[in-house]
Amino acid sequence: MSELVSLRETYGKTLVELGRGNPDIVVLDADLSKSTMTHFFASEFPGRFFDCGIAEQNMVGIAAGLAASGKMPFASTFAVFVPGRCFDQVRMSVAQPGFNVKLVVTHGGISVGEDGTSHQSIEDLALIGALPGFTVIVPADAVETARAVKAAASCCGPFYIRLGRPKLPLVFGEDYHFRLGKAATMKQGQDVTVIAIGIMVSAALEAADRLEQQGIDCRVLNMSTLKPIDEGAIIKAARETGAIVTAEEHLEHGGLGSEVARVTARHQPVPLEFVAIKDTYARSGKDSELLKKYGLTADGIEAAVRSVIVRKK
Amino acid sequence: MDKIKAGVFSSLSPEDMKTVAKRLRRHIISMIGKAGSGHPGGSLSAVEIVTALYFRVLRHKPLDPCWPDRDRFVLSKGHAAPLLYATLAECGYFPVEELLTLRKLESRLQGHTDCRLIPGVEMTAGALGQGLSFAVGVALAGRLDSKDYRVYVLLGDGECDEGQVWEAAMAAAHFKTDNLVAIVDNNGLQLDGWNRDIMNLAPFAEKWRAFGWHTVSVDGHDLAGLDAAFEQVRSVKGQPSVIIARTVKGKGVSFMENQVDFHGKAPNAAEVAMALKELE
Repeated sequence: MSELVSLRETYGKTLVELGRGNPDIVVLDADLSKSTMTHFFASEFPGRFFDCGIAEQNMVGIAAGLAASGKMPFASTFAVFVPGRCFDQVRMSVAQPGFNVKLVVTHGGISVGEDGTSHQSIEDLALIGALPGFTVIVPADAVETARAVKAAASCCGPFYIRLGRPKLPLVFGEDYHFRLGKAATMKQGQDVTVIAIGIMVSAALEAADRLEQQGIDCRVLNMSTLKPIDEGAIIKAARETGAIVTAEEHLEHGGLGSEVARVTARHQPVPLEFVAIKDTYARSGKDSELLKKYGLTADGIEAAVRSVIVRKK
Repeated sequence: MDKIKAGVFSSLSPEDMKTVAKRLRRHIISMIGKAGSGHPGGSLSAVEIVTALYFRVLRHKPLDPCWPDRDRFVLSKGHAAPLLYATLAECGYFPVEELLTLRKLESRLQGHTDCRLIPGVEMTAGALGQGLSFAVGVALAGRLDSKDYRVYVLLGDGECDEGQVWEAAMAAAHFKTDNLVAIVDNNGLQLDGWNRDIMNLAPFAEKWRAFGWHTVSVDGHDLAGLDAAFEQVRSVKGQPSVIIARTVKGKGVSFMENQVDFHGKAPNAAEVAMALKELE
């Protein structure tokens, strides 16, 4: 396996780099700067860093006011708190006016681990994805994290970037060209397509390797921009491979799987399987144990591929 | 009114100011009556507060609504949108004739304020409790940019039930935003009844003081008193200020005053006629 790199640390250091080039970038946190890694920015630019204390609703409102006044605020906390704790603030103070607020959250999904269900954000993509005008990105590794954060800083409008707690293997080289709103083809294939986001991309690649040894030619797409989703890549995959498996560290409801189902149902109906959390809350445990218990692994993807492929017409 | 059209507000006489306030009340009644829905009570109670701000206190240019150095007015109690629209129109931000399109399909005048649509509206509002946080952000941006603009935010008293108001109150004091002034339209009523029966805010001024705010109480219908309060808080350094303005919900229309039913109910045609007669 390739080197493990922290997405959060990459985020924190990317912010500093961006902050050096753009004096309008300001950063807000809600008493988690040592976990979200915004503390790097706070150290270098104390005058442009606002710790709002444990008050996420207020943090989002302040960010909106800063954005309305020409600043580019990056506001960070855990994914469970934004949008969960302050959905209406994100909705009315950011999404409805379309303010240039960048919400970059960490500790998404169940891989937050031992902290348990209160801290495991498995609904956030459904919530944020429902808000018109938001761009939603779930990077697959540290390289993509840096690219995505820079892309957010180069566009005007509300962004939500969801990172996880654990270090993840690199799936991209330094030559990776991130394109906002475009799926990255990680592996070509003709028999079936696995569309994955975040932590599930490396699992999808592992599953695809195993399936190839069994004679199943599996395409792997990284759909890091969840919204606006790359409908063209989904339709192409449906047309060319005839079956799709989605894989995400989120509830089956309202995330990547729902989006792919929406697009295929309209344009190119094909059999689908969803590797996701099935309408339940998880437990405390090590990240690897939890991912295994809830089927968010290469094994889980492999099983889903087998099951979807027999349903192909 | 010629002075208003010319954008010369600070020279209005006390009599002119009263005339403006009455015109705003007439607009509010006509707009909500025509729309058939809306919130007259909390629009009428804040008329003098907003009149004092737009025609005396605020530094603004109606023909240049995005002027970077303008003072900002943030309407947090977004259901008082008719009052803000009427004021902006009287100042010349958009034609007065447009006021009667309130709440109609294709109108820019949404039921609650939408900052994307109307010049001079700083914030999208309607869900209560969010304006003070927004105003803190605007105040911090002003400081970062070394600008001397001031930020005024109007809250309802019932709105102060929302926990976010107090998160923001704590933050404003913590960040020492002395370029921020909150005004509470303290009419004592909220949709379900009197504040003291629904969710007691008392001791209200003490709460703001305890949160680190310079706190002033004033009769919210006394234009001269409001003027003096705004002038007094201008010199406060190192802390935000709040003006608690005691008001009467439905002020100016006898059958609406202190009537909780007119929080969110439009007057019918006969009531509109009666109200406009009182406001002649």
